[in-house]
Amino acid sequence: MAAVDDLQFEEFGNVTTTPAENPDATTINIEGPDESPMHQPGPPRGSGGEEDDELLGNEDSDKTELLAGQKKSSPFWTFEYYQTFFDVDTYQVFDRIKGSLLPIPGKNFVRLYIRSNPDLYGPFWICATLVFAIAISGNLSNFLIHLGERTYHYVPEFRKVSIAATIIYAYAWLVPLALWGFLVWRNSKVMNIVSYSFLEIVCVYGYSLFVYIPTAVLWIIPQKAVRWILVMIALGISGSVLAMTFWPAVREDNRRVALATIVAIVLLHTLLSVGCLFSFMCFGVCLSWTWHLLQESSGRADGMAPPSGICKVSH
Amino acid sequence: MAKAVESSGELGTTSPRPLFAGLSDISISQDIPVEGEITIPMRSHIREFDSSTLNESVQNTIMRDLKAVGKKFMHVLYPRKSNTLLRDWDLWGPLILCVTLALMLQRSSVDSEQDGGPQFAEVFVIIWFGAVTITVNSKLLGGNISFFQSLCVLGYCILPLTVAMLVCRLVLLAEQGPINFMVRLFVVIVMFAWSIVASTAFLADSQPPNRKALAIYPVFLFYFVISWMILTFTPQ
Repeated sequence: MAAVDDLQFEEFGNVTTTPAENPDATTINIEGPDESPMHQPGPPRGSGGEEDDELLGNEDSDKTELLAGQKKSSPFWTFEYYQTFFDVDTYQVFDRIKGSLLPIPGKNFVRLYIRSNPDLYGPFWICATLVFAIAISGNLSNFLIHLGERTYHYVPEFRKVSIAATIIYAYAWLVPLALWGFLVWRNSKVMNIVSYSFLEIVCVYGYSLFVYIPTAVLWIIPQKAVRWILVMIALGISGSVLAMTFWPAVREDNRRVALATIVAIVLLHTLLSVGCLFSFMCFGVCLSWTWHLLQESSGRADGMAPPSGICKVSH
Repeated sequence: MAKAVESSGELGTTSPRPLFAGLSDISISQDIPVEGEITIPMRSHIREFDSSTLNESVQNTIMRDLKAVGKKFMHVLYPRKSNTLLRDWDLWGPLILCVTLALMLQRSSVDSEQDGGPQFAEVFVIIWFGAVTITVNSKLLGGNISFFQSLCVLGYCILPLTVAMLVCRLVLLAEQGPINFMVRLFVVIVMFAWSIVASTAFLADSQPPNRKALAIYPVFLFYFVISWMILTFTPQ
């Protein structure tokens, strides 16, 4: 048994040492849930420090790497494995959505918001909401256009919902797969500092589609110019989120390859938004086209049923 | 005897009279028969229960199940925080409601080629796959509700929307016009809100507190799509 004199408490004085003051001391940085998503070390820096900021995130990036290493330990056939992909809280999902709506130059969406905790909740439910938003707004817009007509017969188009769903989900999953494969291939040739996992890419694509949901609702306004302006705005916002996310990943590469990658990403996104707009208009226009055709051929017995797959954009 | 001494030692007092002192005086002679019956009350109760449901008439069985379904309908119509839907879940009610809704959404059109409305199978698939998706989602988010309990709650909470469908069909027998549409819109909105409130009352407690909104939003989307199908229903 030690003597009482040997047991003495050592006074450490003021224990608040920051890593800047005392780099050798080990400090534990316990963050509450309110601080963690937007935690930035200090005021926004100038352009010189932006490069490091967007590459490495912030000071607890190695802590998140440690946590990421501890996370996915269950084998893939258990339920717990898939639960790790839904390990987000409400405020985190809102923050990610907010980040996809307000792309700030220099802030990397993945490093800032996802931070090694990619979730599948956002991409899945945002795509589902987008499919239904396009379908319902399309029907609603056509209904409002033909509101006064007595001969108009409203029919909801549920078959097209499944086509729209297939296209949107295919975009949200296959394009990230292709992009991830491409980045892995380039990484084997050129050493990139920044590399993303497949789920992080799916996450970015899923959250970047969120801006199309209010756009689809606003497409009810029947003016053609308004619709195209809305498409441009939505494409600008989500395209810039994607471009700013993937630019650091290809920057180290050959200049032409990097530019080609970014252009391909934006081009595919443009295709998707124009495709969304056309399917929106198709939800209404095909209907009225078929109705007019039926009215013309109302004398005939049968056989002149219009093929519902053809979409003729009349305005 | 030694045991008695030890026990008295534990008490810490030197009691003059140790416990079980008289035990050593009792001798069990061989000619006292030890016999009797050991009955476990629970087992006999279950045996009796089994035979009673096996031998009862069909009407009794059906009425018992119908009464359970009816009781749950009442719980949905007047949602209070109770565990009845969760404790004794059954899928009869959701099946009845789903079939009724799908039949009513069926259009009486002969020529189905210009028919863009939902067929019976589509409504069925939307309701059941939607409910399964919401259940899997809430379980993945960490909710502690079982799979069938959640299906049961979601299915029973379609009841207000089925009532809305009935009302809409009746209203549609009158003359079509904007007033007709306004009435139907009002009814569907009220019933949609009722469904959401009812299902939230039952499901919200089983979710982790910081993820409630994440689990409730798919329910909102599900009932919104069903309400849309009901609102846009026009008979041929």
